[in-house]
Amino acid sequence: MNVLNKTSLIPEMTSSSLAGGGCSQQNVTDPEVTSVSFPPSKQTCVALGRGRMSVPQGGPLPGPAELGSEPPGGKRRPHGMLKLYYGLPDPAAEARGGLAPGGDPGGPTDINGAHFDPEVFLTKLRKECSLAQLMDCETDMVKQIRALDSDMQTLVYENYNKFISATDTIRKMKNDFKKMEDEMDCLAANMAVITEFSARISSTLQDQHEQITKLSGVHTLLRKLQFLFELPARLTKCVELEAYGQAVRYYSKARSILHQYQHMPSFQGIQDDCQKIMANLAQKLREKFRDGGSGAKDLAECVELLLQLDEPAEELCDEFLSHARCRLEAELEALEAELGQPGGAPITDILEFIDRGCNIFVSNMCLVIASYQELFVSREGVQGITRMAQDKLVAFVNSLMETYFSLVERRIQLEKGVGDNSLLVRALDRFHRRLQALAKLLPASNVAAEGTEIVVRAAKERIRQYLLALQSFYQDCLTDVRQSLAAPRLAGKESPNLAELLGTISASVLNQIKSVLTYVHLFTAKDITFSNKPYFKGEFCSQGVREGLIVGFIKSICQTARQFCETTGDKGGSTPPALLLLLSRLCLDYETSTISYILTLTDEQFLVQDRSPITPVTSLCAEAREAAQRLLNHYVKVQGLIISQMLRKSVETRDWVNTIEPRNVRAVMKRVVEDTTSIDVQVGLLYEEGVRKAQSSDSSKRTFSVYSSSRQQSRYAPSYTPSAPLDTNLLSNIQKLFSERIDIFSPVEFNKVSVLTGIIKISLKTFLECVRLRTFGRYGLQQIQVDCYYLQLYLWRFVCDENLVHFLLDEIMGSTAHRCLDPVPMEQSVIEVICERG
Amino acid sequence: MEDDAPVIYGLEFQARALTPQIAETDAIRFLVGTQSLKYDNQIHIIDFDDENNIINKNVLIHQAGEIWHISASPADKGVLATCYNKTSDSKVMTCAAVWRMPKELESGSHESPDDSSSNTQTLELLCHLDNTAHGNMACVIWEPMGDGKKLISLADNHLLLWDLQESSSNAVLSNSAALEGKGQLKFTSGRWSPHHNCTQVATANDTAIRGWDTRSMRQIYYIENAHGQLVRDLDFNPNKQYYLASCGDDCKVKFWDTRNVTEPVKTLEEHSHWVWNVRYNHSHDQLVLSGSSDSRIILSNMVSISSEPFGHLVDDDELSDQEDHHQEEKTKEPLQDSIIATYEEHEDSVYAVEWSSADPWLFASLSYDGRLVINRVPRALKYHILL
Repeated sequence: MNVLNKTSLIPEMTSSSLAGGGCSQQNVTDPEVTSVSFPPSKQTCVALGRGRMSVPQGGPLPGPAELGSEPPGGKRRPHGMLKLYYGLPDPAAEARGGLAPGGDPGGPTDINGAHFDPEVFLTKLRKECSLAQLMDCETDMVKQIRALDSDMQTLVYENYNKFISATDTIRKMKNDFKKMEDEMDCLAANMAVITEFSARISSTLQDQHEQITKLSGVHTLLRKLQFLFELPARLTKCVELEAYGQAVRYYSKARSILHQYQHMPSFQGIQDDCQKIMANLAQKLREKFRDGGSGAKDLAECVELLLQLDEPAEELCDEFLSHARCRLEAELEALEAELGQPGGAPITDILEFIDRGCNIFVSNMCLVIASYQELFVSREGVQGITRMAQDKLVAFVNSLMETYFSLVERRIQLEKGVGDNSLLVRALDRFHRRLQALAKLLPASNVAAEGTEIVVRAAKERIRQYLLALQSFYQDCLTDVRQSLAAPRLAGKESPNLAELLGTISASVLNQIKSVLTYVHLFTAKDITFSNKPYFKGEFCSQGVREGLIVGFIKSICQTARQFCETTGDKGGSTPPALLLLLSRLCLDYETSTISYILTLTDEQFLVQDRSPITPVTSLCAEAREAAQRLLNHYVKVQGLIISQMLRKSVETRDWVNTIEPRNVRAVMKRVVEDTTSIDVQVGLLYEEGVRKAQSSDSSKRTFSVYSSSRQQSRYAPSYTPSAPLDTNLLSNIQKLFSERIDIFSPVEFNKVSVLTGIIKISLKTFLECVRLRTFGRYGLQQIQVDCYYLQLYLWRFVCDENLVHFLLDEIMGSTAHRCLDPVPMEQSVIEVICERG
Repeated sequence: MEDDAPVIYGLEFQARALTPQIAETDAIRFLVGTQSLKYDNQIHIIDFDDENNIINKNVLIHQAGEIWHISASPADKGVLATCYNKTSDSKVMTCAAVWRMPKELESGSHESPDDSSSNTQTLELLCHLDNTAHGNMACVIWEPMGDGKKLISLADNHLLLWDLQESSSNAVLSNSAALEGKGQLKFTSGRWSPHHNCTQVATANDTAIRGWDTRSMRQIYYIENAHGQLVRDLDFNPNKQYYLASCGDDCKVKFWDTRNVTEPVKTLEEHSHWVWNVRYNHSHDQLVLSGSSDSRIILSNMVSISSEPFGHLVDDDELSDQEDHHQEEKTKEPLQDSIIATYEEHEDSVYAVEWSSADPWLFASLSYDGRLVINRVPRALKYHILL
């Protein structure tokens, strides 16, 4: 420290000495100063370098041009010198050597070179340079020498001052060190004394310390041994006191030691004893565990202890689960008992059943799962155990839940009542809700999904049942209608009012649909847990309710209608015609309003979010309309057939050649008119009047009779004359040319007139064909004349175009005339009289 | 002229009876029997000149009475049988007889129409089928493919089998069967099956169809309620031995497999009134004609139940490459039963339709007003079947 301080003082001292210009010579000769070396400062180094260089340059012949022309060379020179010093070629020196008069670097003429030979230099100068150059050279050299001299002087001063101050410093230091050395000697002596004492004490205490350590070791060992020896007794006591936890703790402490020293007989004995006791303990624990009566906490403790006793965890799991299984299966059996006898009615209603299932079985299941998870799964144990235990639990739960689900499904299947299903929905809701809890406890099991599946299946089944119920309800309605159609006739009353029946059936079916919709709607109520499942949001509404139930039902109505047209058509028609008519109207009503009403109702109640394709209203309407059309056509056919049969029998069974002169209209014709009238009434109850051809609206009976009589005269008279066999054909052909072709069994329109026209067409055409197959005598012809006139009188009012009746009756008369052996027509007036009388 | 326009021929009288001259296989010839109570009835021999689209007729007088049914012998061109009404003492009786036409008319003469009307010729009576014990004759059926010696006639509720002897001059009743049952049972029509060595006959009465074995005269099948109402006519599929077509007053044509008579194989419901006649084409049994009192004739293509469900099968060696190609194309096409055409040339009820025995693509139909119409199968369909 002192040394450093002193060196830092050195420049100050030099500057002050320089300024002072005086020198203290007395310290220079101090021998100790030379031994101290200074770190060379930069300043001094440069000064020294320059000093050294300048000494040879400050020779007698310094180049004046050299100094004047190269001021930067001065800066470079020290480097050049240094390089030279280290034996490196100096490019600067070389360059200068070229310019300098003695340009031979390193040679004897180089004034700064090591091999400078003044003689050679001078000779060379003298030989090569002119006088003026020599003069210049000389002045230059003198200048350089002066400069070098002054530089050297400055350096010497500087160094001298530094030496002086260094000498001072060193002297001061020398004094200080001497003092310190004394003190150190004293300290060393003291320390030696202390060391000696200490060694002495240690050696004295050495023996005792070892003894103490040994003793304390023995003591510990003895205590341990004592613990071991006492262990069996202690354990027994613990067992007696039922302090199983304590016992297990003791045992687990000692176990490893006992195990380690088991080769020694005494330890062996202790170990055997302990093991016996612990086995006993484990046995007791197991019993307790198996007993199961104890609370969950006790149970948990049991398991904890057993696990600590290294009982195999898997076995414990199995035992636990099998024990739980016993109890749960007993509960399931109790549940099954509630299902009642196979085929018999269930003992309890479904809500109660599910309640019982939820409250007893499912909640116990939850308890079992929870305690099991606490015991085995969530323990900080080995990973392997946890997984194994978890797997076991899942398998256990799945198998039991499967049984439970099958029970529930069986119970749901027993639920066949088609009325209010709020109980069912509530039961399903509860079922589903409880399963959610279970699923939350055990996410690995698939109970939630399966439970939802069951609910979905139940819902589907329910829809199916409702569809069946609707269908059977519809069938019942039809049966009712049949009965009421059949019954009053026996009582001799007026035929039942079809319009009323239609109203009843239509309203009751609609009500039934509505109530079923209400029932089904319960499935999607907001407070029902499963209603927000994707199935119930989408498919249930669109595919289930709309398509499966409503559309299915409407289609089945149409299907039933078509069946009426197909099956009974050939076999003589067991269906009462009135029913056909009624159904036709029903289908037509469906087409016009009911279907769209029902579907709108459905769509409103079940906001269909599903994108799956649904049957459009129009196609249903088309189907209904087609059914209505077919029913009505069939009705016309059946009624036409009934009248046709009467006419045909009457024509076929009579001997027309040998008949008597007509006095009356035949009864069958009256019957035909009566039946037609009653059909007219019947159809009028359900269908609108319809449009008639304009001409018939103002035709009255009187004008009609005149018209017809004149027509008959003009039409039939010529054909009876035997002279012109071609005339009839000609006439009838011409007649036909101008009349439109008549389709007999053609589709009818939805109005009364069209229906009646259809029936009359069929009847008269049959009449015509039958007549053509017979041969008539004179009176036969006249009878037909009377009959036809009678029909003409009464049938025109039913049809849309009375010309049709005229035309067909004309055909009949014409054909009869052809088939007559003795065609003598009756007087028109007589015919009129007979008809009016009859 | 090769167009498909129908050819129409008018008779003076009303007519129900029509038959092709079955024994004739070269010329297109039909026989028509008239119905008139007041004048002499006639049998018109209608010759159709296919190339010139001209009809030539010859008229034979049938003095016995109005003709309800006519049938030509399958062996002898000149022989035919009629069922006719005989009126005597204000009693009407339907009888049947076998006739021979004049030799020169057998293969048709090409006299001009006005000539034939001037010198009308008369039929030669061969023999009566004596029905005094059995009631009114509904129809007479010749044994198909036979030698023209066997006949069956339907008389009220009797099925009578006759043998013609001594060059058809004598008819001997060889066997008979009677329909037993409640009420008045009457046969309406019958058909002799060309299969099974001509041992089967089918008859219709009321709504039922019955099959008979001509050897034992026993019933072999019974289609109860074949039609909802009266069964009007029957025909056997000429190529499929168990197939039978029937028609009736329920406006339907039904096709039956006689081995399973509980359900019809197929039902057509195209007519809007009674169907009086149904006929299979002799060569291409998918073509079925039906005539109805709605004045329409319907030609149906019943491919699915025909003997050629995959089109006409030509022998392989006859096929050129091109034909082969055509056939492949055809088998690929889905063939469906369809209505080919509805013919509406008639103004009155059509009581008879018949295929020509000579040209399988030509048929005649007869309506009550005496109009005979000759039609052809549409050319497109013809080529479709042939190629």
